Amino acid sequence: MNQQNTVKQAFLKTLPVMAGYVVLGTGFGILLRNAGYGVLWAFAMSLLIYAGSMQYVGVSLLTGGASIITTAMTTFMVNARHLFYSISMVDRYKDTGKFKPYMIFGLTDETYSLLCDGSTPEGADPNLYRFLVTAFNQSYWVTGSVLGSLLGTVLPFSTAGIEFSMTALFIASFTGQWLAADDHIPALTGLLSTLLCLVIFGPGRFLIPAMLLFTLILTLLRGRREAA
Amino acid sequence: MREAVLVAVMAVVTILLRFLPFLVIRKETPPYISYLGRVLPPAIIGMLVIYCLKDVNPAVSPFGIPELISAACVVALQVWRRNSLVSILGGTVLYMVLVQQVF
Repeated sequence: MNQQNTVKQAFLKTLPVMAGYVVLGTGFGILLRNAGYGVLWAFAMSLLIYAGSMQYVGVSLLTGGASIITTAMTTFMVNARHLFYSISMVDRYKDTGKFKPYMIFGLTDETYSLLCDGSTPEGADPNLYRFLVTAFNQSYWVTGSVLGSLLGTVLPFSTAGIEFSMTALFIASFTGQWLAADDHIPALTGLLSTLLCLVIFGPGRFLIPAMLLFTLILTLLRGRREAA
Repeated sequence: MREAVLVAVMAVVTILLRFLPFLVIRKETPPYISYLGRVLPPAIIGMLVIYCLKDVNPAVSPFGIPELISAACVVALQVWRRNSLVSILGGTVLYMVLVQQVF
């Protein structure tokens, strides 16, 4: 096993996340600074919370003088999806040794999408690889946040549309998993359940119902599918 | 001080959510959880795709056309090259050109 190769593979894997995280992190840093919290706050929040959409919500909690209970409840609602990410990784992260706590801590949407199929590159140390993918991603996010906080204004060239890199990341993961799988029922169940819940609950609060719905459907299908 | 407490609360709740399943399931993974580990990832990625596109409004100009074209480009590149970096870069650059120059 070649360590240098592992570092290279992990870095290449995270390149698509770099653009999105630096730009979205910069947006967070700017927002936070305009709310009156400087670079140390941006650094601490991106280091300790490390959950993109939650940090954006967090800015308004800070400025709005939210109570501890409100903050805890809001965080729970915004981040409840992570419960499902972790449930689906319990097996894959079983014997990942000393890196395991950090890998669990850093399981964002994007890191999850890079690692959830369980595959690691040939010739790479699997656990070091997963650790590095997680750490590279967080380093981009922290860098972006600090950058935004220090600059305080948007970048001098137009980055309009660069946020599509996150959408593209998930579409590429979805397509990649689709091509690798014989069974497309889980992917279709996820897609259609979420679409249905978006229509029913609206764009503000459809994620949790969607996750409950497709977990339920896939659970009900289990007997039939395990027997097959 | 008050704000530092709020940041700590956000951090602790997020960490708890991420760690809880690992703390509860410590020994043998129950077969049901192993099953979920196999079927949830594709479903969750499907969900995240929809989530990213949730604010696209097909009834208002530009009718989600830039998203549709760029998403199709990502899928096509992924099927053709099987290289995520190429697909994501291609789709994103196309999208940026579309929203900045075309629509």
